[in-house]
Amino acid sequence: MLTRGSNRKVDYDKEINNTDYQVVLTGNPNVGKSTVFNAITGMKQHTGNWTGKTVECASGRAKINDKVFSFIDLPGTYSILSFSKEEAVAADYLMHNETDCAIIVIDANVIERNLSFALQILSIVKNAVLCLNLCDQAKKNGIIIDTEELAKNLGIPVIATCATKCNGLEELEQTVYDICVGNIKCFHIDELFKNIDISHKDKYKENAELFKKQSIRICKKCVTYNKSELNRNTRRLDKILTSKSTGIPIMLLLFAFLFWITAIGANYPSMWLSNGFEWLKEQLYIFMDFVNAPEFLRGILIDGVYTTLTWVISVMLPPMAIFFPLFSLLEDSGYLPRIAFNLDKFFAKCGAHGKQSLTMAMGIGCNACGVTGCRIIESPQERLIAVLTNNFMPCNGRFPMLIAIIMMFFAGTSMTFGSSVLTAVILLAIIAFCVIVTLIVSKILSLTLAKGTQSSFALELPPYRKPQILRTIVRSFLDRTIFVLGRAVAVAAPAGALIWILANVYVNDCSLLSYCTEFLDPFGKFIGLDGTIIMAFILGFPANETVIPVIIMSYMASGTLMEYSGYDQLLTLFTANGWTITTAICIIIMCIMHYPCSTTVLTIKKETKSLKWTLVSMILPTVIGIILCMITANVMRLFL
Amino acid sequence: MEEICKLSEIPVGKRALIAEVDCKENLRNRMYDFGIMNGSVISPVFKSPFGDPVAYLVNNAVIALRNKDSHNIYVTKIQNTD
Repeated sequence: MLTRGSNRKVDYDKEINNTDYQVVLTGNPNVGKSTVFNAITGMKQHTGNWTGKTVECASGRAKINDKVFSFIDLPGTYSILSFSKEEAVAADYLMHNETDCAIIVIDANVIERNLSFALQILSIVKNAVLCLNLCDQAKKNGIIIDTEELAKNLGIPVIATCATKCNGLEELEQTVYDICVGNIKCFHIDELFKNIDISHKDKYKENAELFKKQSIRICKKCVTYNKSELNRNTRRLDKILTSKSTGIPIMLLLFAFLFWITAIGANYPSMWLSNGFEWLKEQLYIFMDFVNAPEFLRGILIDGVYTTLTWVISVMLPPMAIFFPLFSLLEDSGYLPRIAFNLDKFFAKCGAHGKQSLTMAMGIGCNACGVTGCRIIESPQERLIAVLTNNFMPCNGRFPMLIAIIMMFFAGTSMTFGSSVLTAVILLAIIAFCVIVTLIVSKILSLTLAKGTQSSFALELPPYRKPQILRTIVRSFLDRTIFVLGRAVAVAAPAGALIWILANVYVNDCSLLSYCTEFLDPFGKFIGLDGTIIMAFILGFPANETVIPVIIMSYMASGTLMEYSGYDQLLTLFTANGWTITTAICIIIMCIMHYPCSTTVLTIKKETKSLKWTLVSMILPTVIGIILCMITANVMRLFL
Repeated sequence: MEEICKLSEIPVGKRALIAEVDCKENLRNRMYDFGIMNGSVISPVFKSPFGDPVAYLVNNAVIALRNKDSHNIYVTKIQNTD
């Protein structure tokens, strides 16, 4: 048996308890394992058309006939003897856990290489079923596979499926059932593994060659190719999307378009929501008067909790609910690896890895996810660089804040075609700035703190696939909405209460909040902000979404009484409190560059297993942000 | 005659037979996982906008490699027959 790192049994007791049989899904990256997994268990694992989308094991259960099965979805691996972190997870699991049946999912289009992998699995697992996925695509490519012959050669059942269309999945479930209860017997064909000894890591080369020889031999018997050129449409698209003249402009346009739809699309629902909440607030006031609620209760519940909660929902939710489904579509189409491909040269120059652009893209969704995603980068120092710099990409908690500031101070709130395009362009410029900062910091890190040899770049570019548009949009919208609502309740509500208390508990005629903000004010002013904004960023540590509501509330508590129901009123409130263009620029800089939110910090701690690097990840962006703000503020002072 | 050259020297669209993958162990293993090993047919299909990395077709899959790595892969050219 191969030993790898520790001998610990991966702990999935919760799912495995009380099930009759345990099944694992394994396969090369990006062959549709998660889609198969979701279809069987009815779960909602995110899927995407790129290597390394799934980096952690997912587990679920399903009842087939009269038995309960637990299913574990392992991260995709190219080999079980390999070295990347997410591959170690899969190998670890297979080596140290008893499974009743393995589902080996393979891509029928790349059957030769996939079979090599299947053979590796079969050398350690006896009971398995081969799930020949993406069969419809293979048929289009003119690949004909004799599944019966294949089954005979491997000693296990072979099921042809097309998981996105749910073809063949029932048969797959039935086969898993039959294998587990003993109706179907699997055979370990010794001849396949002659001279192979996977317990020796240094025999990797010999083993790989033997596995390949076997898989070529089997393919010769079972597979016929009818066309000489495969995935012709993908080749054509790649000519456009990665070419010298059009590759980069198309990438920029695509993102500008995404931002534009987000900006223009989010405005109306945002308005409806805040109008609705405003109306509800009136009713709540009336209700409070009716029940004669004490002033304190009325204040903390409505002015504190309710206001913060509804701000987070009405201003944060619409942009997220529009951007993320669109981004998921992009993910499903297979375009993301092309971004890594297009930009790798810059990353290489900065001592980083092209795959870092993938983790950065994930960071736009959520920095904590981005940090976890860094596992797809093999070399430790490049992974560390990616982890430490991920926070420079504004996550969905900060994204709407950026949009709001841009619209109020730069592009105008009129929401005409012109202003929405301007918003998108400025947002794109900000993201480009974030990327440049990431690259510069990566370069500095690679020369100083995270020195080491540069690893290589070997990335698979999968064929483009038409995303399941409706399903992706609905899925991603629902997940996002539930996530944001959950977070609003969990974080924004108590934060709202806390702020209200700080703003309304008076000591010597001055609220606690104003003590804090006045204390921070000189420093804040010096870097182009003010004490309230600094305070808001400090209180926003659990969730960046609360930064703007905290600012609003402390301004409103300090005398400028007003109701806000849109960007225009908000702008009036901000300018009344001394905001200028400089403040807007500095707050954008601070928004991009400050310590990550608490969830991300915990994730960084988990991923780096080091307090030192966690602290670096917090101090580094904060210091850079403060310095940049300081420079901006003082340069702007010369001109204004 | 069979003439050994580096994979990075093969022009886009031509095919080549891999003779040796002379990379560091970790990278070589990764190449092997992708099916980039002795005896495989490989063909550069397109370059990235800045010329590096380059995408290669091998075993029906497209794999992107940096030029500094494809420098260490030795191949023999295959004359176009089909």
